Amino acid sequence: MPGYSEFYFNVDHGYLEGLVRGFKGGILTSADYVNLAQCETLEDLKLHLQTTDYGNFLANETGPLTVSTIDEKLKTKLLTEFHYFRNHAFEPLATFLNFVTYNYMIDNVILLITGTLHQRPIAELVPKCHPLGSFEQMEAVSIASNPTELFNAILVDTPLAAFFQDCLSENDLDEMNIEIMRNKLYKSYLEAFYKFCEKQGGTTAEIMRPILEFEADRRAFIITINSFGTELSKDDREKLYPTCGKLYPEGLHLLANADDYEQVKCVAEYYAEYKAVFEGVGSGTGEKTLEDAFFEHEVKLNVLAFNNQFHFGVFYAYVKLKEQECRNIVWIAECISQRHRTKINNYIPIF
Amino acid sequence: MDAAPVFLRGSLRGPGAAIAALPSMSPSPGFCFTVRAWEEDLDPCRFLTETSPYMWSNLGIGLAISLSVVGAAWGIYITGSSIIGGGVKAPRIKTKNLVSIIFCEAVAIYGIIMAIVISNMAEPFTGVTPEEIGARNYHAGFSMFGAGLTVGLCNLFCGVCVGIVGSGAALADAQNASLFVKILIVEIFGSAIGLFGVIVAILQTSKVKMG
Repeated sequence: MPGYSEFYFNVDHGYLEGLVRGFKGGILTSADYVNLAQCETLEDLKLHLQTTDYGNFLANETGPLTVSTIDEKLKTKLLTEFHYFRNHAFEPLATFLNFVTYNYMIDNVILLITGTLHQRPIAELVPKCHPLGSFEQMEAVSIASNPTELFNAILVDTPLAAFFQDCLSENDLDEMNIEIMRNKLYKSYLEAFYKFCEKQGGTTAEIMRPILEFEADRRAFIITINSFGTELSKDDREKLYPTCGKLYPEGLHLLANADDYEQVKCVAEYYAEYKAVFEGVGSGTGEKTLEDAFFEHEVKLNVLAFNNQFHFGVFYAYVKLKEQECRNIVWIAECISQRHRTKINNYIPIF
Repeated sequence: MDAAPVFLRGSLRGPGAAIAALPSMSPSPGFCFTVRAWEEDLDPCRFLTETSPYMWSNLGIGLAISLSVVGAAWGIYITGSSIIGGGVKAPRIKTKNLVSIIFCEAVAIYGIIMAIVISNMAEPFTGVTPEEIGARNYHAGFSMFGAGLTVGLCNLFCGVCVGIVGSGAALADAQNASLFVKILIVEIFGSAIGLFGVIVAILQTSKVKMG
């Protein structure tokens, strides 16, 4: 029954919800970030992280500490927790968690294809893939030379097969086409995820709707801005926009016809939340970038997910917030290791 | 009249009797009426006087305990799974939050107490016709059914309510220990509902005299 999830949610998902809320309590707070920003070396950083929920995650590292090791270990911790959730999940939570990973799978596939295009050996590329999005046929992706081959040989057995409908073409995989393929895959994925959440109904749909709508609109803005100065035609551009956001359909038409950043900003003015997001953005040294503004808005929406009980949104929000936390810690670590501390406070605080 | 027990007599009358006595095949939760016997047997007054007060009293006892147990079980599983989940990262909540489970269990105890109280009022009586049975016995049967239904439904919703609030209390306690006592107050108000049901049921059966 939609809207009455509190009666039956806990049968299958009560334990996992309690667990994810416990993990959420361990997300670093602003006070922790202030402490981390005051560290002088990466060893100091490791010491400070030991007092948080991370504990001794860097304890077994031999040799000098680098930012990439820290990044890897942070991701491994999230991966362990996520696999625990996934292994203990019943349907429909299991499908929901699968949807969360498809995002990373798409990124991995594109990374591997791009790397192959530049003649990088596969052994060098696989460690760069995001661990949450790994699937068995990952290494075989390098043998394909056009999308149809890629699909028929490898991806047809993976969960990404359902998102490939729009991307099958005989064109060879080159730089431009790979980006287009990435955006088409992502559009399919996002719309499928949105439909799934709507089908769940109740609180899950209510919480996930604004999050996924924002994700769709953010992709539309980013695609538009990145396509200025490239050969992407306006019609092609419009085909890449996900349609499950607030901008659909009028905003997407306007965005498709936009020619520069100012026009994009005008489109955003029609929508109250996006107007606020674009407000704080500038390209000067003291102001934040559009990417940062989007991340901030995303963090705000994800934090709101924890205000309701008995829904799946907490799992999605937890993964995204942990990801943001990884980005924050890596940013601070980079600033420390390069001794360039002017922008060290440009992380996005979560709680 | 044959020697059939009193409570079958009503439904064995009429042309459609044999068919009418079978449980209805249709999906509707109907009684033993088919289309043929519709006009003759669809008589609430005859139904009420010709069914035995014992049926009503036993239904009441059954409803009292079974609906209370459903409510208690529902509440306990809702709270219990949240306590287990929250207790992984915050082990201190485990013992304190058993209070929520106890509130849910109290609901089942109300149910069994009322079931015992109501069942003690069932006495044998003589009489096979409505006139011989007498108004007092009918009153007793109906009262016992009403009391059982009252306490059962009240406890059902009370148990669910306490369970949902208890789940919230456990998860809030895991984040911030000072919240537990405040949410416990909400739970206390929730469990008062079950008590209301017991009080009204006692009042309903206070004048019952069977036999």
